[in-house]
Amino acid sequence: MTRTYNTIKYLFLLAWSIFVVFPFLWALSTSFKDANAVTSGARYLPWVEFEPSLQGWQSLFASGSRGINIITPFFNSATVTLLASVISLVLGTLAAYGLSRYKFKLGFIKNADITFFFISQRIMPPIVLAIPFFLMLKEIRALDTIAGLVIVYIALLLPIAVWVMIDFFASIPKELDEMAMIDGCTPIGAFFRVVLPNSLAGLVVAGMFCLIFGWNDFFFAFTLTFTETQLLPVAIVSLNSSVTPWWSLSAFALISVTPLALVAIVVERFMSRGSLAGAFR
Amino acid sequence: MLTLQNLTTPHPKLPLSGLDVTFEPGKIYTILGRTGAGKTELLRTLIGLDPIAEGAVHLDGKNLDRTPIRARQMAMVYQQFINYPHLDVLANVAFPLRRKKVNKIDALARAREALELVGLAEFETRKPSELSGGQQQRVALARAIVKHARILLMDEPLANLDYKLREQLREEFPRLLEKNSDGIILYTTTEPGEAMQLGDELIVMHEGRIVAKGDPGELFENPPSIEVAQVISDPPISICAGEVKNGHLYFNDGSAVDETSLSLGADGPVRIGIRPDALTIGGDIPAQVTLAEFSGSDTIVHLRLPFGEAVMLVDGIREYSPGVKFGVSLETSALLLFSQAGGNITERTG
Repeated sequence: MTRTYNTIKYLFLLAWSIFVVFPFLWALSTSFKDANAVTSGARYLPWVEFEPSLQGWQSLFASGSRGINIITPFFNSATVTLLASVISLVLGTLAAYGLSRYKFKLGFIKNADITFFFISQRIMPPIVLAIPFFLMLKEIRALDTIAGLVIVYIALLLPIAVWVMIDFFASIPKELDEMAMIDGCTPIGAFFRVVLPNSLAGLVVAGMFCLIFGWNDFFFAFTLTFTETQLLPVAIVSLNSSVTPWWSLSAFALISVTPLALVAIVVERFMSRGSLAGAFR
Repeated sequence: MLTLQNLTTPHPKLPLSGLDVTFEPGKIYTILGRTGAGKTELLRTLIGLDPIAEGAVHLDGKNLDRTPIRARQMAMVYQQFINYPHLDVLANVAFPLRRKKVNKIDALARAREALELVGLAEFETRKPSELSGGQQQRVALARAIVKHARILLMDEPLANLDYKLREQLREEFPRLLEKNSDGIILYTTTEPGEAMQLGDELIVMHEGRIVAKGDPGELFENPPSIEVAQVISDPPISICAGEVKNGHLYFNDGSAVDETSLSLGADGPVRIGIRPDALTIGGDIPAQVTLAEFSGSDTIVHLRLPFGEAVMLVDGIREYSPGVKFGVSLETSALLLFSQAGGNITERTG
């Protein structure tokens, strides 16, 4: 019974892995093809079914009519995403800690309402926010700039950070903060010395979400920039023309997913270590 | 000296109500009460974690109202084993000293000393999660005593330990607490035996009030009220209705009680308290078992008697099935008499 179950389980996992990994293999294979190899039917194995070419990868680092120069959009994306994620994480963590540990009351507005206010910003469809963001950035002359995008992304990522961290702080017994205060910490000292070091797993999850949402966003990167500050997702789409260079597009796509994949691999090991075991019983 | 003046708290479920009490240095005060009596709320209020609605807490005459938690010169051991999961055992114990700006070498030396005392010297590099429950609580205890705080608050520190560990730590406590012997130690518990064993003075709490304070033995022998008698006795004392008539004591079924050891007051209804060890198997009083349960190496037998329900304590583990009938005798020198209002009116002859 167990053997049959295990066989079925591993077959299912194998099928699922192929389903997940196949697009990446396809993109990897395509990135080493040239126009002929792409248009002459399905071919998978380099040197066997087609002659590999570095044309797709070379075009990413060339400029002018020979290529598309991925470097500037890549660094723009990295700058905007990292800055917005870090700022959102810092602000969101502090807000979430406050909401999880203290009771706020302003008329009928209480903690649950404030939390919902944060989350509600993600409920709204992006198109509703696009025009106000556009007008506001125009007003402060931040359209098509890194700073403007960072501001907008903070507004988009902050709810995610607050949402994840509120849940995480709720799982940390408040007796831990109390004990830190009894042992000589100020309330803010208790947060930095005890609560935060024990929240690394939550910070990592929130950080991952921020990075993923920030890095992959196309809509705001497209509507709030023109030519000066192009981000990676917009640059990829701009490759689409009457003759789409699939080889370049594939190389471009692989480069754009690589940072997140690397972060995920590093962070996954780290997350499994972070735990509250031993805090209380 | 720690003084509570009319201490009242706004806790929505378990408020403290008008506590007036003084704690003197050099003594262990055990605070005994059932769950919900307000023991934890009292400790939390003293240390500043919960607010005060009325009254005040004074330490050596100074009102602590505006003193932040970290400056109250108090340490606390929680019922749960609260340790810092990200720090190893040594760093956990040194934590309060480092916050007091004790230099690192001295802090670690003192932390090692405290770990030695609680028997965890060889575990200093482990994380709390790598220790057993008893060891985790020892770490918490070491962290509390390493501070040499003026007041050590211990909130049912043994409650989450298994029976054997509880017994072991309870026996060790007097030695472990020696370091704080010049301070005030408040120790809450729901177990009368623990309270009697550890306390220089016993405080009994009931529904947010202090209902008795005094020498543990004295309070056990002569509890001031039914509620104190019931909290302080384990298993709890049984209360049956009775009456004093023409200088004699009767249960409500009309059976007379040998009152030779008691000095009875005026005629009228009374409530008779029967200690669990006042009943013994073999005698004229017909009894029927309703339930038998084991507690440690004793058997607690719940009986239906002609004049009411009562609990009997039998040495050793014995099987008594519900419905079994036998005769019991009553040791009347172990009876207590209470007024209808619940006050102790027991007077012994001689």
